[in-house]
Amino acid sequence: MKRLASIAFATAIVLFLQGCAGWQSALDPKGPAASELAWLIWFFAGLCAVVWVLVMAALAVPLMMRSRQHAEPLALDAGADSRKLRVVMIAVGLTAVILVGLTLLSFFANRTLAAIGSDAALTIRVTGHQWWWEVRYEDATPSRILTTANEIHIPAGEPVRLLLTSTDVIHSFWVPSLSGKLDLIPGRMNVLDIKADKPGVYRGQCAEFCGAQHANMGTFIIAEPRAKFDAWWNDQLQPAAAPTGDEAKAGENLFLKRPCVMCHKIGGTPAGGTVAPDLTHVASRQTLAAGTLTMSRGNLAAWIADPQGVKPGAHMPVVDLSGDELNDIVAYLEGLK
Amino acid sequence: MRPIVLLLLFTLLALAACQREERDTRPQSALGSGEQPTPVTTLEPGGQRPSPTDNKAASFEANAFHLSEGKRLFGWFNCSGCHANGGGGMGPALMDQKWIYGSSMESIHATIRDGRPNGMPSFRDKIPDDQIWELAAFVRSLSGNAPSSAAPSRNDDMMAHPSENRMPDAATLGKSP
Ligand code: HEC
Ligand code: HEC
Ligand SMILES: [Cu+2]
Repeated sequence: MKRLASIAFATAIVLFLQGCAGWQSALDPKGPAASELAWLIWFFAGLCAVVWVLVMAALAVPLMMRSRQHAEPLALDAGADSRKLRVVMIAVGLTAVILVGLTLLSFFANRTLAAIGSDAALTIRVTGHQWWWEVRYEDATPSRILTTANEIHIPAGEPVRLLLTSTDVIHSFWVPSLSGKLDLIPGRMNVLDIKADKPGVYRGQCAEFCGAQHANMGTFIIAEPRAKFDAWWNDQLQPAAAPTGDEAKAGENLFLKRPCVMCHKIGGTPAGGTVAPDLTHVASRQTLAAGTLTMSRGNLAAWIADPQGVKPGAHMPVVDLSGDELNDIVAYLEGLK
Repeated sequence: MRPIVLLLLFTLLALAACQREERDTRPQSALGSGEQPTPVTTLEPGGQRPSPTDNKAASFEANAFHLSEGKRLFGWFNCSGCHANGGGGMGPALMDQKWIYGSSMESIHATIRDGRPNGMPSFRDKIPDDQIWELAAFVRSLSGNAPSSAAPSRNDDMMAHPSENRMPDAATLGKSP
């Protein structure tokens, strides 16, 4: 029976720790900033655990020890008093040393974090919206400036500078596997430097409550080898693919005639709205509506037919479309790779 | 006995504060389409229609959620480009008591949906009907024609005029007639 219990306990612990791995975990670092922070977390937790055990032991020992019966309870014992005083002084001294030590550690960790992006070649402006992320790649050549949404491609192994701001309320950018969190504040520009050691997809999440759909405000950092990243950037700079097939052609027409055109931009068409995600290459993304749905024809249709059912409160209204119209628009958007 | 009754009363009062406005994010199906013939003239025997006749007009008019959505869309759809935050520019001012085409929700809805001859574009296919009603409700709040308990309060950035819930009724400027 006892063995069974301990096996169950061990299994539970393993399962529990499994939650620390994966594409969104501060305990599974994939970049220098996150590694620094993970080390700090483990060191703080370990040291504090040791201190806690010592304090508990110090409490337990006098509780267990029987106090001796003195013949003269009121007699002063100068020797014992000064021994006790010494113990207390040593404990106070150790506490001070530990606190100052931990402060210094976090100070130096901060310096390391600040140095990560000092030679960043790539600057990306991330703007928080209720409830999605606008992503703009800066470049000295205006024609190479690129705007996309929700997914941030970066070259692996290179530091990248993120400029964080917001248009409505305060959001917070947090990709735990790569770095700590930093707020996006309206009217202010915060700077966060990140670096992914290896190619991979790292999930991030808005970490400051920002309204009804805060929980569905995810983002993805997609780290790729430099060559692949450059190719992606060049692809994204192209105007939208011209629709092929009758359905897609009708879909483009509908998109431009119906309310979609008021909010969304599709490069190469008259649609130039800037208050909603840029759809020029929407089908090349892995998810829809900031990580709410995976990208597929069915999910595109579900989203456009009833965004308020998928993400209640989102700032995209239900647009009255017939079944055929919906089908045409989806056929068009699906081709925007 | 007495303290228990008092406590119960107090709890009931406190619970009343839990009542919260419903945010109806897709009223479309529940209510009518809002389709109505465009009035060729606003002249009607007996003056303006005294009360809202469309059920959406009635349910949006005093609803804080719809009013604030209307405010956001007024910026998003660039109504300010011609109406300059309600103060008027290329289009007429929307925060005074003068209405070319009538001050009722229905008239404003018709103005936005069908456009008006002297330069107001038609947004018929470009804005879903519910959002047109939200805009209409907000336009009325610009001239103090919305309940101050529901109208939007101050902006987070610089304001061109007092917040909508503090706008005096343009027709009376706060004075009783
Ligand atoms: C009032 C503005 C508005 C209108 C009109 C509008 N949208 Fe949107 N749309 C949005 C917003 C805002 C989002 C982001 C929602 C979120 O993730 O919270 C969005 C998201 C989307 C997305 C997902 C994009 C992504 O990368 O995740 C698609 C696809 C889309 N809209 C298609 C359409 C189509 C098709 C129409 C016309 C039938 C339309 N939208 C009309 C505002 C609008
Ligand atoms: C291209 C400029 C332009 C834009 C954009 C525009 N308006 Fe207008 N608007 C006008 C003009 C001009 C008039 C006066 C029309 C007339 O007198 O026939 C007008 C009239 C109106 C009126 C009627 C005022 C009255 O006194 O009866 C309302 C209400 C109105 N607009 C609301 C809006 C809303 C809401 C939007 C945004 C969805 C908007 N307008 C966008 C130019 C514009
Ligand atoms: Cu949030």
